[in-house]
This record gives sequence, structure tokens and C-alpha cells, in this order.
Amino acid sequence: MKENIVIIGGGIAGLEAAGQLIRLGYAPIIVEKSDRLGGHVAHWHKLFPDMTPASDVVARLSEKVSDANVFLNTEILFINRLKDSYNVMLSNGISIIARIILFTTGFRLFDASRKEEYGYGIYNQVITNKDLEHWFNTGEDDRIGMSDMNAVGFVHCVGSRDEKAGNAQCSKVCCITAVKQAIEIKQKFPEAMVYCFYMDLRMFGKKFEDFYISAQRDYGVRFIRGRVSEVSENIDGKVIVKAEDTLSGKPVKVTLDLLVLMSGMVCNPDSTRIASMIQLPADSDGFLKSKDNITDITASSKDGVFYAGACTGPKTVPETLAEARSAALEIHSYIQGLQ
Amino acid sequence: MIYQGKQKIWSEYQKEIPDDHWFYVRSCIRQNFFPGAEVMFMKICRDLLGKDIYETPNHTTCGGIAYHCDTIPQETVMTIVARQFALMTEAGYENYVASCITSFGNYIEILETWNEFPEVETKIRELLWKACRREFNKPKYVAHASDLVYKFRNDIAARAKYRLVNRKTGEPLKVVEHIGCHYSKMFPSKGVGGAEYPYVLCGMIESWGGSVIDYPERRHCCGYGFRQYHIKANRGYSIANTHKKFESMEPYHPDMIITNCPGCPYFLDRWQYAISEIEGKTYGENGYGIPVFTYEEVAGLVLGYDPWDLGLQLHQVAVEPLLDKIGIPYDPEMKYKGVNKKDLLRPEIPGVLKCC
Amino acid sequence: MDFGFGIAPSSTINLDKVDNARFGQLHNAEPDVYKCMACGSCSSTCPAGRFSGMSLRKVILALQRGKEKEAVKMLKGCMLCGKCSMVCPRGINTRHLILSICRIYNED
Repeated sequence: MKENIVIIGGGIAGLEAAGQLIRLGYAPIIVEKSDRLGGHVAHWHKLFPDMTPASDVVARLSEKVSDANVFLNTEILFINRLKDSYNVMLSNGISIIARIILFTTGFRLFDASRKEEYGYGIYNQVITNKDLEHWFNTGEDDRIGMSDMNAVGFVHCVGSRDEKAGNAQCSKVCCITAVKQAIEIKQKFPEAMVYCFYMDLRMFGKKFEDFYISAQRDYGVRFIRGRVSEVSENIDGKVIVKAEDTLSGKPVKVTLDLLVLMSGMVCNPDSTRIASMIQLPADSDGFLKSKDNITDITASSKDGVFYAGACTGPKTVPETLAEARSAALEIHSYIQGLQ
Repeated sequence: MIYQGKQKIWSEYQKEIPDDHWFYVRSCIRQNFFPGAEVMFMKICRDLLGKDIYETPNHTTCGGIAYHCDTIPQETVMTIVARQFALMTEAGYENYVASCITSFGNYIEILETWNEFPEVETKIRELLWKACRREFNKPKYVAHASDLVYKFRNDIAARAKYRLVNRKTGEPLKVVEHIGCHYSKMFPSKGVGGAEYPYVLCGMIESWGGSVIDYPERRHCCGYGFRQYHIKANRGYSIANTHKKFESMEPYHPDMIITNCPGCPYFLDRWQYAISEIEGKTYGENGYGIPVFTYEEVAGLVLGYDPWDLGLQLHQVAVEPLLDKIGIPYDPEMKYKGVNKKDLLRPEIPGVLKCC
Repeated sequence: MDFGFGIAPSSTINLDKVDNARFGQLHNAEPDVYKCMACGSCSSTCPAGRFSGMSLRKVILALQRGKEKEAVKMLKGCMLCGKCSMVCPRGINTRHLILSICRIYNED
């Protein structure tokens, strides 16, 4: 079937949708701005709740699209609305006339240095969830494990549920990611005290609660209900965090060898930029606005434009994949309706 | 500590500070606590740098202390401030510079409030007119006096006779900087360097040769806290905060503390005496305290002014060990001679805290 | 010198100074102690709680914050009726836990 389908973003949503569309007999085109496929997941080490290697997931998805047309290192310069199609101009000089565009532009990880009080980029021993995954993957990070690891802290909701940071939404996956990473730290440094500072623990997904109980019961991770208010550095280069232990109603402070900030998901400015080329509206949370947030999450307000994955809001990997499959099916039905 | 990370934040919080023509308002309390500080500011701006700084004897308190002690309503404070702005307008100025941190915060808070709620500004204009038949323009720029000294820091360094360097070792002095809470905690964008890592005093210290200490309780309040001190029953909270700061900075062995607030230097200075009496503990070398200065006093010292003309004899913690470190000459005989050689009488020497 | 005031004590819990040795012992004997998520079911249903200040939720928290004396004192109000074990959503054997706490922390 010769029907151009442009998929913007080669993360897991783009890959899964492309794989499904190929199975349905189409030849989708994936446009990816970076030099590799897999998006954020490609930078992750293991995925909750079964500790599945992230690289396996990306490899499995990439395999299915080995025949697809993929443009790496390619940006969208502009999109024009034609009479019944779109003209998509790419930075590599190619322009594509397509009746179908699928946005799988994903999210951006919150820039943790914007929470100045946490000192990311200022205090050496403050890192992010992404930095920790990088260390799990490569073992390369001077900040981790070089000296004693007696105490490690995790700060939940960094840049999420934070109106001051401009992101009122919950990023959904950070709670369970912190639980996962806390367990992994405990596995590597069994003697370390590990603290998770949280506002609420949102363990909504399959086996999340089991994972949380295991972190408590089997690994002795300490969960302290209270948001870290301030981080500083002592003369030995360790970090001191202040929070309230809201269950005791008392301030609490602790000295840590490493502090991990759980940066949340915020809307990708590239999504917004590309969406605005064809006047696609953003929702009140800044993410792209679906036609209907319950019944029509993969549809946009424009004919032939579809969404899948975290471009419409924070999502887990299985949710993103399910949405990508759903979008592929929607696209298939849409094309059939055109004929 | 990643210095470049701080530089990045500093570059994001730069505010426009006009070069000249300022309407200056003094603090209610600083002339009693640090009598040389404001005089020094005027001398540096007017005599040394040739700037136009205007002040009028008609200006009053800004009402900030009463406001923060919850003893007068905000409309009253706003009307007092409106009158100050009227004095500025009548004198033909647009740039407003405050000596006091709480005043500065007060002005910024009021201007922001008027910005958000124009009907409040209209009401205050009516109240001012009814009260004293004055009208005002809002200032174009509001600065704290430390913003100006920050702006002129390199001009001062170029004319300096001394640097914040240990004369014997050649090492930069280790300096604790303490920023008054109302400088930028309420409105981070109004302070040089923001609220978490303010640069206003760091810039002076770096320019004048010292090195800045960043200790865990750097951002903590000095302990004054208005009602915490003003009510005797709460003074234990006040001194506990100060004590916390000194315990936190102690391992770094600071040579001196520089502040930009009226209350902070007073409490960081005087409470060292009270802590020494209560706990038997001192934080400087050899039983002395850590000397505490206002930024104007430090500017005066590096420019070569006589320490006693700067009013440093009114400090609780002796400044002489620091003067010796830098190599600033002073005459011990003249310490308690005031203006016109008038004898100021000698204070009683404390039991624990060593003083000269 | 008496100024009429002193340096007010801090209420901050300093986790650096908490000795976790005995809680480690307790964790070995009662792995489920860590499963408490502070829901408060035990405390709300405790027949002794409203009179004596007994709260198993607070006992577990206090032990982790180094307030062992406070915890043991609270436990003195427990009548071992077992009502808390009926309501605990995490299935903690609370009676057994209470007895283990008494055994491990009552040595001095």
C-alpha cells in the first residue's frame, strides 16, 4: 500500500507504531532527531517491575522496523497543510507529502538544575535518575562508589506536582522508578542506608505495590514522607538534606554520600513547536491535546494527525506501547475510510 | 562544589542597576549598630566615585519592622512608603536605593502588590493625599545599597590599599557571606545572583581578594527574625538559629563574616558574646570571635580608612586580629576616642569571649 | 551570665545520629516491620490508644527515628488484644511484632 505515514520521533512509541503499521502492510517513515532509536528508554538500564533490560525492549522493537524508512539526525523544519494532505519538510532536504502524521514526540526530562535548592550541577554528589541509569549501564561516574556509600537518598517529584516549576502534573513513573533504583542501590551497596523522600507514593501499576513492599521488607529501604526542602554540602563534600518527617511532625536532616533526584516528565518543547506548525493545541498541562482524553486519546483535532505515547502526558512503557498499537489501528481504519 | 554551576545561576540572575543619580534612604537602626557604615557608603559613592546620591532629612522609617512584627496593617506601611516615593519624586529622582534589607524587601513587595492589584495603589494614593497632600511616581529602579557597592566593586578594588588576603601567608581570607532574608527570598529575581546562591556579596569578596566559604547552613536566617528577638520569651529561638549557623561554619575556620542587612551583622556579632557566656564556646582563633562586618565597612577597610573612623570599636567581637592579618594599621590608644577625640569610655571586657 | 533565656533546643531528628543496630535486630526477627506504611489503622482501632497514647504506627516510626524510650513507653499501654492485627492491611503479625520489640528493646 503506497500511503505515506510520517512518524515523528523514534522512541518506543514510534517504533511500536511503525512495527504495527508494517505488519498491516504500510511503509511508515520514522523521523528521529537524535542519532539513535529508542528515545529515553534506550538510556535506561532495567525496567520495573520485572527488571527487564531496557536494551532488550528497544532491540525487540527495533527489529520489527528493520525494513522501515528511518531518518536519524533529522529534524522537522516545517509542516504545511495542503488540500487533503501535509507537506513535511525535513532538515536533510527531503520533503514528504503525507496524509497521515503520527506524533510520537514523547516528553522531556525535567531539568533538575531548575530546582536550585537541590543543587544539581552545584553540589557534586547530587545526581539525577538518568545519571544513575547511565552508571548502571556503563559503570562510569566518578560520583558513585568511589568512596564509602553509607547513605543514599532519593527525592521524589523533582519538577513534578510543582506549580512553581510550571509542572502541576504527576509524572507517574518516578515513584516506582525510585523504588526500583533504591533496590538496585541496595543490591550494589547492601550496607548503605537508603532513604526515599516522598510526598505520596503512587503505586498504580501491575506489581508496583509488590515491588514497593519488597523494597521495604526485603531491602530495608526507608521511606520518609516529606519533601526535601534544601540540600547543602558539608566540608567533606557530602550532601546534607533537610526535610520534614511529616509522620512525626518534626524536621529531619541526614548526611548522604549520594542524592538522586527523580526528575519528572515535562512536555517536550519540540512537540509543541512542531504541533504549532499545523495549529494543534496544547492541553492545560502543556502536553498535546487529544480529541478526547478518555475515548479518543490517540486522535488530534486535525484530520490525519494522530498521537501516541508521552506527547500527550506522562506514561509508563506498557501504556505507551499499548497506545502506539492503538494509534496504528486507528491509522489503518482512517486510511480505509479514505478509500 | 562545582563553581561553574554557581556561575551559571549567577548569570541568570543579573539585575539592571543604573550607574548614577540615586535617592538614598537610610535604615532606622544601622546608625546605632554600625555608625560608620552608611557614612562610608556616601563617601564611596560621592567622594570616591563622584556619583550623585541624594538624601533628605524628611524621610522616615519604611514601617518594615512594625509590618513584620504584625503591629501595623499593610495599608499603613504602604502609605508610609508612598510618602517616601513622594519625597523622591519631589527631589526629581527615579532611582531609589535603600540601606536596609527589610526596607528593600518592603519596597519590592509593595511595588509588586500594586502591580498585581492596581486598585490597592489607587487607594494608597488617596490615603497619602488625604494624609499629607503629596503625590508620587513609582521609582523606575529600586536597588539595595549593596547592589550599588556590588556594581562598583571593581572600581573600589582598583583604588584599594589593602586586599582580603592574609599578609603573612599570602592566602586569600576565608570569608562567610550572609545575605539578609528580605533581600531576595521573597523575590529571587530582584537580587543579584537570586535567592539560593546570591552573588551580591560573593562578587565583592572575590573582587577584593578573599575566598568565599559555602557552609551547610549558609542560607539559614541569622536568628534575628523580628518577633523571635523582640519578645524576650522567644529569644532562645533567636540565639538557637545563630548558634546553628556558627556550629555549621566552624569547621571551615572563617576569618570574617560580611553581611548586607541591618539585623544580621548585629546578631551574628552580639550573639557570639551571648553564646560564649551560655555555652562557654567561641568560634574565632585563640578565644576570640569571628569578626562580623557590613559590606560598607569592608569597603572602607580595603580603601584604607581608619578602622576607628569606620566605627569598628562598636563591634562586640574584636576586629584587631583581622586587621593584623590583613596588615591594616590602627592605634589601640585611639580605639575609644570618638569624633573630636571625645572619650567614649571603655566597655566592660566579657568573661569568656576574648576582646581587645 | 543569666540572660533569662538559653539556646532553645532543636526538635530536628538527625538521622546521622540514630543507631540502627537494634532496629536491624528487630528487622531480622520481624522482617514485616518494614512493611508498615503508616496508614494508622492499628492506632485508630486500638482500645488502649485513646487513653494511654499507645499507637503501634508511632512505635514503629519512633524506633526508626532513634526514639526508643518513647516507643517502649508507648508499648506499656498495649493490652495485646490483637485488634490491630485484624485491621492491618499489610498483614503484619502485630502481636508478635510487639512481643519482639519488648524482647529486643527491654534489655536495659
